[in-house]
Amino acid sequence: MTTVLTIKDLHKSFNIGFIPKKRKILKGISLSVEQGEIFGYLGPNGAGKTTTIKCILGLILPQKGKIEIFGNPHLALKAKEKIGFLPENPYFYDHLTASEFLDFYSQLYVMDKNKKEEKIKNLLQLVGLEQSAGLQLRKFSRGMMQRIGLAQALLNDPSLVFLDEPLGGLDPVGRKEIRDIIARLKEEGKTVFLCSHILQDIEMICDRVAIIVNGKIINQGALQDLISEKTHFTEVVFSGVDPREFESLAERLSDQSGRTLLKVFEEENVQKVLELIQSKKGKLHSLIPRTETLEDLFMEVVKQK
Amino acid sequence: MKIKAIAFNTFKEALRDRVLYLILFFAAVCIIFSRLLALLTVGDPVKIIMDVGLASLSFFGALMAILMGAGLVFKEIDKKTIYTTLSKPIHRYQFLLGKFFGLVLTLFIMLLLMSLIFLVLIYFHTFKIEWEILIAILFIFLELCLITSVAMLFSCFSTPILSSLFTLSFYIIGHSVWGLEEILIQKIKPGIGKILVQIIYHILPDLENFNFKTEIVHHLSIPSTIFLYSTLYAIFYTLFILVLAMLVFRKRDFI
Repeated sequence: MTTVLTIKDLHKSFNIGFIPKKRKILKGISLSVEQGEIFGYLGPNGAGKTTTIKCILGLILPQKGKIEIFGNPHLALKAKEKIGFLPENPYFYDHLTASEFLDFYSQLYVMDKNKKEEKIKNLLQLVGLEQSAGLQLRKFSRGMMQRIGLAQALLNDPSLVFLDEPLGGLDPVGRKEIRDIIARLKEEGKTVFLCSHILQDIEMICDRVAIIVNGKIINQGALQDLISEKTHFTEVVFSGVDPREFESLAERLSDQSGRTLLKVFEEENVQKVLELIQSKKGKLHSLIPRTETLEDLFMEVVKQK
Repeated sequence: MKIKAIAFNTFKEALRDRVLYLILFFAAVCIIFSRLLALLTVGDPVKIIMDVGLASLSFFGALMAILMGAGLVFKEIDKKTIYTTLSKPIHRYQFLLGKFFGLVLTLFIMLLLMSLIFLVLIYFHTFKIEWEILIAILFIFLELCLITSVAMLFSCFSTPILSSLFTLSFYIIGHSVWGLEEILIQKIKPGIGKILVQIIYHILPDLENFNFKTEIVHHLSIPSTIFLYSTLYAIFYTLFILVLAMLVFRKRDFI
């Protein structure tokens, strides 16, 4: 595997307040992203996620550290030609129409005129905005802004795409569509650097993750290595049996509409609960083994810090 | 090519800004008002129209340059549009030059429109086109380029209101600095004080270098060396301010 992004010992602090007080935001970030993977960058608010991305893109100049994109220094135009970026809460030139907007950004790349027009048309189609090509961006909804933002990030057919909270502000249908586009980017061999709060989405699509807390990377690696596949407990939903009979075997979580939800910890207890439901002629509605989720890992790491 | 793209986008953005048309409207009203003033004043009506018209062109042009230049870079940072643009393969100085040329193009077109109204108004009085007026307008344009660069420099690190105030101060100082030489320096006794005032006089911009209104209106002859001096003064002062702006912008963090 080729490393497409390397960050070594990145430090950044800002002077904040009327009487300037130094506040360290990044305290020695080091990470690497391999070609073709979807890399999830997680962290609570104010952990330094966006600052890291801004350092990579040259919007913020780090005090210390080294950033390389495809082996080139991150500020080199050669590096920037191969990347795409969708900022968090995208604000764009709202006096432009969708197609004018994409045309403007395409002029910042070396692109053949005929190819450019075709590319813009295809991208508008990809993000589902072909009907709004002539509409000014000031009339766009938040979800539409997110889509046009994704389109501009893909204008140069980038090998590495940075997406900062790409699923924020989207409805469930929109989120699925963007997730599908991200998965398609991976299929095309592109690398995606994804910053998100929505752990469910990260878990669903990311190959590797890094967790940043308070300016430091606390944990990073492949998802399957970080999250244990061991069953923590099993959730059982049943009806038709008196829940008090299970008191010694499981923890009762809720009783609603005649259905009881139990949290069963031991494997053998699960078996006993099932036998009891069967013997009392009760009805089993569901049985779900719960393994550790990214959310559990995230909460644990954040709590520790 | 990249500078051109940024410049045309800035131009397009300015053209869709209502403030621009408001200023243009008032400028047109003032130019036409000069006709009324000519009727009420004793003297050559054409000279009065030319005098008031050129003053309107200069004042409203400067107003456009200050108001639009002051928000030129700040607006990009405030609206976060700069994040996407600077993440593309573009140098920061290219972005800055693009913004500058975009506004200069806007001012050029606006000045052209105002000049057209002005020339037509004069044509109705003299039945000939007063070409020499264009010389005065050309130097007004050079002054506007300099004001734009100053407004943009302030816009790199300050809010639009402060930038407007700073640039307005630059404009007022620029048009009154001649008083230092003609009045103050002659009255001060030789010594450190006089040297200090002389240094300040040479550092401060002298925007009166671009004022050829009186000479043009009254058909006075101007040596060509003065034109050359004023042109070089405009070019080098603007370049100096642009380089300063680039240095400020190069080190800026966009939080």
